[in-house]
Amino acid sequence: MSLWVDHYRPRSLDELHYHKHLSSRLRSLAASGDFPHMLFYGPPGAGKKTRISCTLKELFGPGVDKLKVDQRVFLTQSKRKIEVNIVQSNFHLEITPSEAGNYDRTVIQELLKEIAQTQQVDLSAKQRFKVVVINEADSLSRDAQAALRRTMEKYMTNMRIILCANSTSRLIAPIKSRCLLIRVAAPDPDEMRGVLGYVAKSVGFDLPPDPADKIIEDSNGNMRKAILVLEALKMQSPDLTGNITIAKPDWETYCHKVADLIVQEQTPARVMEVRTKFYELLSHCIPPTVILKTVAERVVERVDESLKADIMHWAAFYEVRMRLGNKKIFHLEAWVVKVMSLYKQFFYGIDLTDFD
Amino acid sequence: MSFFQVPSGKPAQKHAVDPALQPWVEKYRPKTIDDVSSQEHTMAVLRKTLTSTNLPHMLFYGPPGTGKTSTILALSRQLFGPDNFRNRVLELNASDERGIKVVREKIKNFARQTPRAQAVGSDGKTYPCPPYKIIILDEADSMTQDAQGALRRIMETYARITRFCLVCNYVTRIIEPLASRCSKFRFTPLDTSSAGSRLSMIATAEHVQIDPLVLDALIGTSGGDLRRAITYLQSASRLAASTNPPTPITPSDIQEIAGVVPDAVIASLAKTLGIDVATAMDVDDKPTSGSNFEKIQKAVKHLIREGYSASQTLSQLHDLVVLHPTLTARQKSRCALVFAEADKALCDGADEELWILEVALRIHKAIS
Repeated sequence: MSLWVDHYRPRSLDELHYHKHLSSRLRSLAASGDFPHMLFYGPPGAGKKTRISCTLKELFGPGVDKLKVDQRVFLTQSKRKIEVNIVQSNFHLEITPSEAGNYDRTVIQELLKEIAQTQQVDLSAKQRFKVVVINEADSLSRDAQAALRRTMEKYMTNMRIILCANSTSRLIAPIKSRCLLIRVAAPDPDEMRGVLGYVAKSVGFDLPPDPADKIIEDSNGNMRKAILVLEALKMQSPDLTGNITIAKPDWETYCHKVADLIVQEQTPARVMEVRTKFYELLSHCIPPTVILKTVAERVVERVDESLKADIMHWAAFYEVRMRLGNKKIFHLEAWVVKVMSLYKQFFYGIDLTDFD
Repeated sequence: MSFFQVPSGKPAQKHAVDPALQPWVEKYRPKTIDDVSSQEHTMAVLRKTLTSTNLPHMLFYGPPGTGKTSTILALSRQLFGPDNFRNRVLELNASDERGIKVVREKIKNFARQTPRAQAVGSDGKTYPCPPYKIIILDEADSMTQDAQGALRRIMETYARITRFCLVCNYVTRIIEPLASRCSKFRFTPLDTSSAGSRLSMIATAEHVQIDPLVLDALIGTSGGDLRRAITYLQSASRLAASTNPPTPITPSDIQEIAGVVPDAVIASLAKTLGIDVATAMDVDDKPTSGSNFEKIQKAVKHLIREGYSASQTLSQLHDLVVLHPTLTARQKSRCALVFAEADKALCDGADEELWILEVALRIHKAIS
């Protein structure tokens, strides 16, 4: 038995529940025979991948569902071997270039050229081209993106590229100008309610409005999360009545604890305490940016209005440094100390600016 | 025997490229240098070389979509004609491997061959076909320093029989010794009228109805990049034609395709930040300071949920602030400072939500 998220994932463009306008666009594009390169972007859990797979199905028919996973080995210039998993059907293939790390350029060049230079021999095939889906396109390195530029134009007859990204900020302009941009916004609460209701009905129970609202509020526009939470709740209390609480993930409660520690007391001893907690979080592979954001948001909730802007400012400031730097914990700690000093300054009216 | 015979009845319908499916950017690439829109100065110089058949090494630079690659391709096609084009011109771009090894082997080998002249093409036309070959290095700014260094001597040694044409966006990324060996041509962003005439030419050729408003939207969103404008036009016409019944293209279609954040969204964000937007002149009652932070945070969260890209939002917000009629110079400069910092941070890969929030908060502070 698969998870509800996968089981009730829409398989064709007609089954999609929201953004009907987008669906009809995609359908007409797929029918026109003149399919452009595309770039899907939007927040996580908005349904980008679902829409891509539906579009592929519309393009090529049910054959795209027959997937196989291939492991390919690429040889870099320095004779290093990189293994990359490629999911493919007869008509399309999917890669996640971030698997290749720094060598994504080699993978992109080799793979795309290989596909681009082979033609569809089956004359009865629905489309002449193959589609390459590139996941997490915003994590492609600049070199790899530059390598895409000319390939996208030159081999248009044999290949179309569908990029999937969270944001277009990290893509270079030449790529953006070659693609049809498709924004997939997160569903609004009403749309989410509809989808949750549909899932519940398909499983065979009625979803009372109260827990539905709770789930929607908790998932913050992330459809995948909402359905997962729904399934978890159903497992916990089959009738979904009474006082149900959505269990927050461990790391989130832990982050909140850290935030509380910071607000309660501002001493060097406390910094040490917070540090051990940060180490704990980091060693559980929680991305440092997520830690910083969650803690900052919680701290902001609990302090005076005049401090809020400053705290967010320093969070943003140290987040960039964290990206540029190497050792994440330094920057997390620096932010904590900064926040503590701000807090003390505010509370006791002591001027600590000399310690910056 | 008969196994190898081609069934004569069937036309060779295989793998011919249907011109209808070609991207318009390729389809309407200028065939001769006279077709190239704008860039009069460069074209005047190049036209001379067509008659005198002498060519210096060249360095084309300028923003994307101004016709650099098109120009050199058109020029070499006019010089050599379709027959000789293949063995006289080597085009390398960033999607080809272009490390120092390639420079040493492929480019050197090509540069070293002596060309054979054959002035009359198979189509009966006479081409100047000068006694040299052209090597086009497209997107040369993504070549490594070492590879560029290796080119230096090659360029001089084979100058008699080979001309180089470097094409790049940023002239500063080309090492000085290479730049000094070339005559530089700067390509400027297209002005509105020439971009407009080219676009309407394509639209008529493709039987697409566009009204002046759409044309303005195209030119406005593409910012002088003709390739982008043409791609948008093609995408929009595809979308418009494929709906049933076909609908005319509207400016808002173009904005959606271009990934531009709608003006209304930006305006409401600006209003939350305390900037008076021209459309809503009613200065609402002073919001209590207690809820300001939450209000801004909520607005930013909403923006992120809608999936708009941070850099696009920033640049549009920037336009709104900088061109704002009533803000003082001091306020504007404070805001400009914030935008600059945020842009750098986003380039470094910072978290989008945090930085939009940061920008929003600081603008709010700068303005109030």
